[in-house]
Amino acid sequence: MALQPRIIPVLLLHKGGLYKTKQFKNPSYVGDPINAVRIFNEKEVDELLILDIDCSKENKEPNYTLIEEIVSEAFMPVGYGGGISSLAVAQKVFQLGVEKVIINTALQNNQQLLADIGAIYGAQAVVASIDYKKGFVGGTKAYFTNGTKKSGHTPQELAIIAEKAGAGEIILNAIDREGTYRGFDINLLQQIVGLVQIPVVVSGGASNKADFDAAKQAGASGMAAGSMFVYQRPHNAVLISYPRNYFYL
Amino acid sequence: MTTIINYNLGNPKSIKNMLGYLGIDSRISANHNDISSSDRLILPGVGHFQHGMEQLEQLGLLELLKKEVLENKKPILGICLGMQLLTKYSEEGNLAGLGFIDAQTKKFELQDASLKVPHMGWNTVAFQKESKLIQNISENPRYYFVHSYYIDCANQEDILCTTNYGEDFVSGFQHQNIFGLQFHPEKSHIFGMELLANFCKN
Repeated sequence: MALQPRIIPVLLLHKGGLYKTKQFKNPSYVGDPINAVRIFNEKEVDELLILDIDCSKENKEPNYTLIEEIVSEAFMPVGYGGGISSLAVAQKVFQLGVEKVIINTALQNNQQLLADIGAIYGAQAVVASIDYKKGFVGGTKAYFTNGTKKSGHTPQELAIIAEKAGAGEIILNAIDREGTYRGFDINLLQQIVGLVQIPVVVSGGASNKADFDAAKQAGASGMAAGSMFVYQRPHNAVLISYPRNYFYL
Repeated sequence: MTTIINYNLGNPKSIKNMLGYLGIDSRISANHNDISSSDRLILPGVGHFQHGMEQLEQLGLLELLKKEVLENKKPILGICLGMQLLTKYSEEGNLAGLGFIDAQTKKFELQDASLKVPHMGWNTVAFQKESKLIQNISENPRYYFVHSYYIDCANQEDILCTTNYGEDFVSGFQHQNIFGLQFHPEKSHIFGMELLANFCKN
Protein backbone atom coordinates (compact mmCIF):
# COMPACT_ATOMS: atom_id res chain seq x y z
CA MET A 1 0.00 0.00 0.00
CA ALA A 2 1.17 3.51 -0.69
CA LEU A 3 2.14 5.59 2.31
CA GLN A 4 -0.31 8.06 3.75
CA PRO A 5 0.64 11.64 2.83
CA ARG A 6 2.47 13.69 5.44
CA ILE A 7 0.85 16.80 6.90
CA ILE A 8 3.59 19.39 7.32
CA PRO A 9 3.35 22.68 9.22
CA VAL A 10 5.53 25.40 7.69
CA LEU A 11 7.20 27.88 10.01
CA LEU A 12 8.70 31.07 8.63
CA LEU A 13 11.68 32.66 10.36
CA HIS A 14 12.18 36.40 9.96
CA LYS A 15 14.45 38.56 12.10
CA GLY A 16 14.90 35.60 14.46
CA GLY A 17 11.18 35.31 15.21
CA LEU A 18 8.30 33.27 13.89
CA TYR A 19 6.30 35.15 11.25
CA LYS A 20 3.53 34.49 8.76
CA THR A 21 3.28 36.09 5.36
CA LYS A 22 0.48 36.44 2.83
CA GLN A 23 1.48 35.83 -0.79
CA PHE A 24 5.12 36.02 0.37
CA LYS A 25 4.55 39.58 1.65
CA ASN A 26 3.74 41.55 4.82
CA PRO A 27 5.33 39.34 7.47
CA SER A 28 3.36 39.53 10.71
CA TYR A 29 4.72 38.33 14.03
CA VAL A 30 3.39 35.04 15.33
CA GLY A 31 5.65 34.31 18.28
CA ASP A 32 8.69 32.49 19.54
CA PRO A 33 9.75 29.71 17.15
CA ILE A 34 11.08 27.47 19.93
CA ASN A 35 7.75 27.59 21.70
CA ALA A 36 5.89 26.81 18.48
CA VAL A 37 8.10 23.78 17.81
CA ARG A 38 7.48 22.56 21.35
CA ILE A 39 3.73 22.64 20.68
CA PHE A 40 4.07 20.87 17.32
CA ASN A 41 6.26 18.30 19.05
CA GLU A 42 3.57 17.58 21.65
CA LYS A 43 1.04 17.25 18.86
CA GLU A 44 3.26 14.68 17.14
CA VAL A 45 3.26 16.31 13.72
CA ASP A 46 4.39 14.21 10.76
CA GLU A 47 7.16 16.58 9.72
CA LEU A 48 8.17 20.23 10.11
CA LEU A 49 9.36 22.68 7.52
CA ILE A 50 11.34 25.70 8.65
CA LEU A 51 12.06 28.44 6.15
CA ASP A 52 14.18 31.51 6.86
CA ILE A 53 12.77 34.13 4.52
CA ASP A 54 15.62 36.62 5.05
CA CYS A 55 18.71 34.58 4.11
CA SER A 56 18.59 34.50 0.31
CA LYS A 57 17.26 38.04 -0.05
CA GLU A 58 19.96 39.43 2.25
CA ASN A 59 22.56 36.98 0.98
CA LYS A 60 23.42 35.65 4.43
CA GLU A 61 24.05 32.27 6.01
CA PRO A 62 21.44 30.44 8.07
CA ASN A 63 20.99 31.31 11.73
CA TYR A 64 22.70 28.16 12.99
CA THR A 65 22.14 28.91 16.67
CA LEU A 66 18.40 29.25 16.18
CA ILE A 67 18.17 26.13 14.00
CA GLU A 68 20.10 24.14 16.59
CA GLU A 69 17.75 25.31 19.35
CA ILE A 70 14.69 24.44 17.27
CA VAL A 71 15.95 21.02 16.21
CA SER A 72 17.16 19.95 19.64
CA GLU A 73 13.55 19.44 20.67
CA ALA A 74 12.04 18.43 17.36
CA PHE A 75 11.51 14.67 17.51
CA MET A 76 10.18 14.46 13.98
CA PRO A 77 11.78 14.92 10.56
CA VAL A 78 12.74 18.55 9.97
CA GLY A 79 13.39 20.27 6.67
CA TYR A 80 15.20 23.61 6.61
CA GLY A 81 15.37 26.16 3.81
CA GLY A 82 17.00 29.56 3.51
CA GLY A 83 20.56 30.43 2.52
CA ILE A 84 21.61 26.90 1.49
CA SER A 85 24.11 28.29 -0.99
CA SER A 86 26.97 25.79 -0.74
CA LEU A 87 27.78 22.24 0.32
CA ALA A 88 29.60 23.59 3.38
CA VAL A 89 26.49 25.46 4.53
CA ALA A 90 24.32 22.38 3.94
CA GLN A 91 26.75 20.24 5.93
CA LYS A 92 26.59 22.62 8.89
CA VAL A 93 22.79 22.46 8.81
CA PHE A 94 22.72 18.65 8.64
CA GLN A 95 25.14 18.45 11.57
CA LEU A 96 22.65 20.35 13.73
CA GLY A 97 20.15 17.49 13.29
CA VAL A 98 18.15 18.59 10.23
CA GLU A 99 17.05 15.78 7.82
CA LYS A 100 16.40 17.71 4.64
CA VAL A 101 17.52 20.97 3.11
CA ILE A 102 15.24 23.01 0.89
CA ILE A 103 16.83 24.48 -2.21
CA ASN A 104 15.34 27.33 -4.23
CA THR A 105 17.77 30.06 -5.26
CA ALA A 106 20.50 27.50 -6.06
CA LEU A 107 18.13 25.97 -8.63
CA GLN A 108 18.81 29.08 -10.65
CA ASN A 109 22.50 29.66 -10.09
CA ASN A 110 24.08 26.44 -8.79
CA GLN A 111 22.29 23.26 -9.82
CA GLN A 112 25.39 21.18 -9.16
CA LEU A 113 24.76 21.79 -5.46
CA LEU A 114 21.76 19.43 -5.50
CA ALA A 115 23.83 16.54 -6.81
CA ASP A 116 26.71 17.36 -4.45
CA ILE A 117 24.48 17.26 -1.37
CA GLY A 118 22.73 14.11 -2.63
CA ALA A 119 26.03 12.30 -3.12
CA ILE A 120 26.76 12.58 0.59
CA TYR A 121 23.35 12.67 2.28
CA GLY A 122 21.20 10.91 -0.31
CA ALA A 123 18.71 12.44 -2.72
CA GLN A 124 15.90 12.19 -0.12
CA ALA A 125 17.71 14.93 1.83
CA VAL A 126 17.51 17.38 -1.09
CA VAL A 127 14.18 19.13 -1.59
CA ALA A 128 13.57 21.60 -4.42
CA SER A 129 11.08 24.35 -3.68
CA ILE A 130 9.27 25.46 -6.82
CA ASP A 131 7.71 28.84 -6.03
CA TYR A 132 5.45 30.18 -8.76
CA LYS A 133 2.84 32.76 -9.61
CA LYS A 134 0.87 34.06 -12.51
CA GLY A 135 2.27 37.20 -14.13
CA PHE A 136 0.40 40.00 -15.91
CA VAL A 137 2.20 38.87 -19.03
CA GLY A 138 3.83 35.61 -19.96
CA GLY A 139 1.66 33.24 -17.94
CA THR A 140 2.66 31.31 -14.84
CA LYS A 141 6.38 31.35 -14.04
CA ALA A 142 8.67 30.02 -11.34
CA TYR A 143 10.33 32.54 -9.04
CA PHE A 144 13.56 32.52 -7.06
CA THR A 145 14.88 34.24 -3.95
CA ASN A 146 11.73 34.23 -1.87
CA GLY A 147 9.49 35.18 -4.77
CA THR A 148 11.44 38.28 -5.77
CA LYS A 149 13.14 37.10 -8.98
CA LYS A 150 11.18 35.83 -11.94
CA SER A 151 12.69 32.93 -13.85
CA GLY A 152 12.24 32.10 -17.49
CA HIS A 153 10.78 28.70 -16.60
CA THR A 154 7.29 27.47 -16.03
CA PRO A 155 6.85 25.46 -12.80
CA GLN A 156 6.49 22.33 -14.93
CA GLU A 157 9.86 22.96 -16.61
CA LEU A 158 11.58 23.73 -13.34
CA ALA A 159 10.21 20.56 -11.71
CA ILE A 160 11.81 18.46 -14.44
CA ILE A 161 15.05 20.44 -14.17
CA ALA A 162 15.08 19.94 -10.38
CA GLU A 163 14.56 16.19 -10.64
CA LYS A 164 17.35 15.89 -13.21
CA ALA A 165 19.65 18.01 -11.04
CA GLY A 166 19.23 15.52 -8.20
CA ALA A 167 16.31 16.65 -6.03
CA GLY A 168 14.66 13.80 -4.13
CA GLU A 169 11.46 15.69 -3.46
CA ILE A 170 9.61 18.76 -4.71
CA ILE A 171 7.63 21.34 -2.79
CA LEU A 172 5.20 23.07 -5.08
CA ASN A 173 4.58 26.46 -3.57
CA ALA A 174 1.80 28.67 -5.00
CA ILE A 175 2.80 32.24 -4.10
CA ASP A 176 -0.62 33.67 -5.02
CA ARG A 177 -2.38 31.28 -2.67
CA GLU A 178 -0.03 31.48 0.31
CA GLY A 179 -1.92 32.71 3.39
CA THR A 180 -5.23 33.09 1.51
CA TYR A 181 -7.10 29.90 2.51
CA ARG A 182 -8.15 29.49 -1.16
CA GLY A 183 -7.28 25.82 -1.31
CA PHE A 184 -4.32 24.12 -3.00
CA ASP A 185 -3.58 24.43 -6.71
CA ILE A 186 -4.80 20.91 -7.43
CA ASN A 187 -4.59 21.30 -11.19
CA LEU A 188 -0.85 22.06 -11.25
CA LEU A 189 -0.20 19.49 -8.50
CA GLN A 190 -1.70 16.80 -10.69
CA GLN A 191 0.42 17.88 -13.65
CA ILE A 192 3.67 17.87 -11.67
CA VAL A 193 2.92 14.48 -10.09
CA GLY A 194 2.54 13.16 -13.63
CA LEU A 195 5.81 14.74 -14.79
CA VAL A 196 8.27 13.56 -12.12
CA GLN A 197 8.99 10.30 -10.31
CA ILE A 198 9.96 11.92 -7.00
CA PRO A 199 7.48 12.75 -4.21
CA VAL A 200 5.63 16.07 -4.50
CA VAL A 201 4.51 18.14 -1.52
CA VAL A 202 1.91 20.81 -2.20
CA SER A 203 1.90 24.15 -0.38
CA GLY A 204 -0.10 27.38 -0.42
CA GLY A 205 -3.77 27.98 0.30
CA ALA A 206 -4.69 25.17 2.68
CA SER A 207 -7.87 25.88 4.58
CA ASN A 208 -9.49 22.64 5.74
CA LYS A 209 -9.53 18.87 5.65
CA ALA A 210 -11.25 18.86 2.26
CA ASP A 211 -8.16 20.58 0.78
CA PHE A 212 -5.93 17.84 2.17
CA ASP A 213 -8.23 15.14 0.83
CA ALA A 214 -8.21 16.72 -2.64
CA ALA A 215 -4.40 16.89 -2.63
CA LYS A 216 -4.16 13.28 -1.50
CA GLN A 217 -6.48 12.30 -4.31
CA ALA A 218 -4.28 14.20 -6.78
CA GLY A 219 -1.21 12.22 -5.73
CA ALA A 220 0.52 14.52 -3.22
CA SER A 221 3.04 12.82 -0.94
CA GLY A 222 2.62 15.64 1.55
CA MET A 223 0.61 18.75 2.22
CA ALA A 224 2.28 21.78 3.77
CA ALA A 225 0.39 24.58 5.47
CA GLY A 226 1.19 27.66 7.51
CA SER A 227 -1.76 29.88 8.31
CA MET A 228 -4.20 27.15 9.21
CA PHE A 229 -1.78 25.81 11.82
CA VAL A 230 -0.76 29.13 13.40
CA TYR A 231 -3.93 31.22 13.11
CA GLN A 232 -7.48 30.98 14.29
CA ARG A 233 -10.02 32.37 11.88
CA PRO A 234 -11.86 34.65 11.15
CA HIS A 235 -9.50 37.30 12.57
CA ASN A 236 -6.21 35.42 12.28
CA ALA A 237 -5.54 35.50 16.02
CA VAL A 238 -2.42 33.51 16.77
CA LEU A 239 -3.33 30.01 17.88
CA ILE A 240 -1.07 27.09 17.14
CA SER A 241 -3.08 23.98 16.44
CA TYR A 242 -2.83 20.70 14.55
CA PRO A 243 -6.22 19.04 14.53
CA ARG A 244 -5.75 15.32 15.10
CA ASN A 245 -8.63 14.36 12.80
CA TYR A 246 -6.76 16.01 9.90
CA PHE A 247 -4.00 13.50 9.63
CA TYR A 248 -4.01 10.25 7.83
CA LEU A 249 -2.01 8.23 10.33
CA MET B 1 27.27 5.39 29.07
CA THR B 2 25.96 5.02 25.52
CA THR B 3 28.26 5.87 22.64
CA ILE B 4 26.74 6.97 19.35
CA ILE B 5 29.38 6.02 16.82
CA ASN B 6 30.47 9.00 14.79
CA TYR B 7 31.65 7.83 11.39
CA ASN B 8 30.82 11.02 9.52
CA LEU B 9 27.54 9.78 8.10
CA GLY B 10 24.02 10.64 9.02
CA ASN B 11 22.66 12.32 12.01
CA PRO B 12 24.18 11.37 15.36
CA LYS B 13 23.04 14.69 16.85
CA SER B 14 19.33 13.83 16.53
CA ILE B 15 19.85 10.64 18.53
CA LYS B 16 21.83 12.47 21.20
CA ASN B 17 19.07 15.11 21.38
CA MET B 18 16.43 12.48 22.07
CA LEU B 19 18.57 10.59 24.60
CA GLY B 20 19.28 13.92 26.33
CA TYR B 21 15.55 14.61 26.52
CA LEU B 22 15.12 11.18 28.15
CA GLY B 23 17.87 11.96 30.66
CA ILE B 24 20.18 9.28 29.22
CA ASP B 25 23.91 10.02 29.12
CA SER B 26 25.45 9.63 25.70
CA ARG B 27 28.36 10.84 23.64
CA ILE B 28 29.06 11.07 19.93
CA SER B 29 32.47 9.59 19.30
CA ALA B 30 34.69 7.37 17.18
CA ASN B 31 37.38 7.20 19.84
CA HIS B 32 38.40 3.62 20.55
CA ASN B 33 38.60 4.08 24.31
CA ASP B 34 35.15 5.67 24.35
CA ILE B 35 33.73 2.74 22.45
CA SER B 36 35.46 0.11 24.59
CA SER B 37 34.43 1.74 27.85
CA SER B 38 30.74 2.25 27.01
CA ASP B 39 27.90 0.03 28.13
CA ARG B 40 26.25 0.02 24.73
CA LEU B 41 26.67 1.33 21.21
CA ILE B 42 24.41 2.96 18.66
CA LEU B 43 25.41 2.85 15.00
CA PRO B 44 23.38 5.56 13.23
CA GLY B 45 23.57 6.45 9.59
CA VAL B 46 21.99 7.86 6.51
CA GLY B 47 23.80 7.55 3.21
CA HIS B 48 25.55 5.08 0.97
CA PHE B 49 26.52 1.60 2.23
CA GLN B 50 29.94 1.67 0.58
CA HIS B 51 30.74 5.10 1.99
CA GLY B 52 29.68 3.81 5.42
CA MET B 53 31.98 0.77 5.30
CA GLU B 54 34.87 2.87 4.04
CA GLN B 55 34.45 5.34 6.89
CA LEU B 56 34.33 2.54 9.50
CA GLU B 57 37.48 1.06 8.01
CA GLN B 58 39.33 4.38 7.90
CA LEU B 59 38.51 4.99 11.55
CA GLY B 60 39.88 1.55 12.43
CA LEU B 61 36.49 0.48 13.76
CA LEU B 62 35.99 -2.84 11.92
CA GLU B 63 38.11 -4.96 14.27
CA LEU B 64 37.15 -3.01 17.36
CA LEU B 65 33.42 -3.39 16.74
CA LYS B 66 33.85 -7.08 16.03
CA LYS B 67 35.63 -7.55 19.35
CA GLU B 68 33.14 -5.48 21.36
CA VAL B 69 29.98 -6.89 19.78
CA LEU B 70 30.85 -10.51 18.98
CA GLU B 71 33.32 -11.33 21.76
CA ASN B 72 32.35 -8.97 24.58
CA LYS B 73 28.65 -9.17 23.66
CA LYS B 74 28.18 -5.43 24.02
CA PRO B 75 24.66 -4.38 22.97
CA ILE B 76 24.61 -2.53 19.66
CA LEU B 77 21.67 -0.84 17.95
CA GLY B 78 21.97 -0.14 14.23
CA ILE B 79 19.61 2.49 12.87
CA CYS B 80 18.72 2.72 9.16
CA LEU B 81 22.04 2.45 7.28
CA GLY B 82 23.59 1.47 10.62
CA MET B 83 21.27 -1.55 10.69
CA GLN B 84 22.18 -2.46 7.12
CA LEU B 85 25.91 -2.24 7.91
CA LEU B 86 25.41 -5.00 10.51
CA THR B 87 24.41 -7.44 7.74
CA LYS B 88 26.71 -9.70 5.73
CA TYR B 89 26.31 -8.08 2.36
CA SER B 90 24.58 -5.23 0.53
CA GLU B 91 23.45 -4.83 -3.04
CA GLU B 92 24.21 -1.12 -2.57
CA GLY B 93 27.80 -1.16 -3.79
CA ASN B 94 27.84 -4.99 -3.87
CA LEU B 95 30.11 -5.44 -0.94
CA ALA B 96 30.41 -7.10 2.44
CA GLY B 97 29.15 -5.50 5.62
CA LEU B 98 30.13 -6.10 9.24
CA GLY B 99 28.38 -9.49 9.12
CA PHE B 100 27.22 -9.50 12.75
CA ILE B 101 23.86 -10.97 11.76
CA ASP B 102 22.97 -13.52 9.09
CA ALA B 103 21.11 -11.17 6.77
CA GLN B 104 21.52 -9.36 3.48
CA THR B 105 20.64 -5.85 2.34
CA LYS B 106 18.71 -5.74 -0.92
CA LYS B 107 17.29 -3.08 -3.21
CA PHE B 108 13.54 -2.57 -3.25
CA GLU B 109 12.09 -3.97 -6.44
CA LEU B 110 8.42 -3.30 -6.00
CA GLN B 111 5.80 -4.78 -8.29
CA ASP B 112 3.51 -1.80 -7.79
CA ALA B 113 4.94 0.95 -10.00
CA SER B 114 2.97 3.61 -8.14
CA LEU B 115 5.07 3.02 -5.01
CA LYS B 116 8.01 5.40 -4.91
CA VAL B 117 11.52 4.52 -3.77
CA PRO B 118 12.83 5.65 -1.31
CA HIS B 119 10.16 4.42 1.05
CA MET B 120 9.86 7.75 2.85
CA GLY B 121 7.28 8.65 5.44
CA TRP B 122 5.42 7.19 8.40
CA ASN B 123 4.51 3.54 8.49
CA THR B 124 3.46 0.90 10.98
CA VAL B 125 5.11 -2.37 12.05
CA ALA B 126 3.93 -5.88 12.96
CA PHE B 127 5.96 -7.28 15.86
CA GLN B 128 7.03 -10.88 15.40
CA LYS B 129 8.55 -11.70 18.78
CA GLU B 130 9.16 -10.50 22.31
CA SER B 131 12.17 -8.29 22.97
CA LYS B 132 13.41 -5.94 25.65
CA LEU B 133 13.26 -3.23 22.98
CA ILE B 134 9.45 -3.28 22.81
CA GLN B 135 8.54 -3.77 26.47
CA ASN B 136 5.64 -1.57 27.60
CA ILE B 137 5.42 0.52 24.44
CA SER B 138 2.37 2.45 23.17
CA GLU B 139 -0.30 0.71 21.18
CA ASN B 140 -0.39 1.21 17.41
CA PRO B 141 3.00 2.86 17.12
CA ARG B 142 4.09 4.55 13.90
CA TYR B 143 7.64 5.21 12.81
CA TYR B 144 9.43 7.41 10.29
CA PHE B 145 11.20 5.59 7.46
CA VAL B 146 13.61 6.79 4.75
CA HIS B 147 15.36 4.05 2.80
CA SER B 148 15.79 2.50 -0.64
CA TYR B 149 17.22 -0.84 0.51
CA TYR B 150 15.71 -3.41 2.86
CA ILE B 151 16.98 -6.31 4.92
CA ASP B 152 16.37 -9.98 4.30
CA CYS B 153 17.07 -12.11 7.39
CA ALA B 154 18.27 -15.68 6.87
CA ASN B 155 16.82 -16.77 10.23
CA GLN B 156 13.13 -16.12 10.87
CA GLU B 157 13.75 -16.07 14.62
CA ASP B 158 15.92 -12.95 14.27
CA ILE B 159 13.01 -10.91 12.92
CA LEU B 160 11.69 -8.44 15.49
CA CYS B 161 9.14 -6.72 13.27
CA THR B 162 8.02 -6.36 9.69
CA THR B 163 6.49 -3.51 7.70
CA ASN B 164 4.44 -3.56 4.55
CA TYR B 165 5.37 -1.40 1.57
CA GLY B 166 4.02 -3.24 -1.42
CA GLU B 167 5.49 -6.31 0.24
CA ASP B 168 6.50 -7.22 3.79
CA PHE B 169 10.10 -6.50 4.75
CA VAL B 170 12.12 -6.72 7.97
CA SER B 171 11.88 -3.37 9.75
CA GLY B 172 13.56 -4.57 12.93
CA PHE B 173 15.78 -7.45 14.00
CA GLN B 174 17.35 -8.78 17.15
CA HIS B 175 19.91 -11.52 17.45
CA GLN B 176 21.19 -11.76 21.04
CA ASN B 177 22.92 -8.41 21.76
CA ILE B 178 22.57 -7.20 18.17
CA PHE B 179 19.59 -4.93 17.41
CA GLY B 180 18.60 -3.17 14.21
CA LEU B 181 15.83 -0.77 13.27
CA GLN B 182 15.21 0.29 9.68
CA PHE B 183 13.17 3.34 10.72
CA HIS B 184 14.38 6.36 12.68
CA PRO B 185 13.34 6.12 16.34
CA GLU B 186 15.02 9.49 16.95
CA LYS B 187 12.52 11.08 14.54
CA SER B 188 9.44 9.13 15.61
CA HIS B 189 8.14 11.09 18.61
CA ILE B 190 7.14 9.10 21.71
CA PHE B 191 7.04 5.89 19.68
CA GLY B 192 10.74 6.06 18.93
CA MET B 193 11.60 7.40 22.37
CA GLU B 194 10.18 4.28 23.98
CA LEU B 195 12.46 2.03 21.92
CA LEU B 196 15.60 4.07 22.61
CA ALA B 197 14.76 4.18 26.33
CA ASN B 198 14.32 0.39 26.37
CA PHE B 199 17.59 -0.15 24.53
CA CYS B 200 19.46 2.00 27.03
CA LYS B 201 17.99 0.21 30.06
CA ASN B 202 20.29 -2.33 31.68
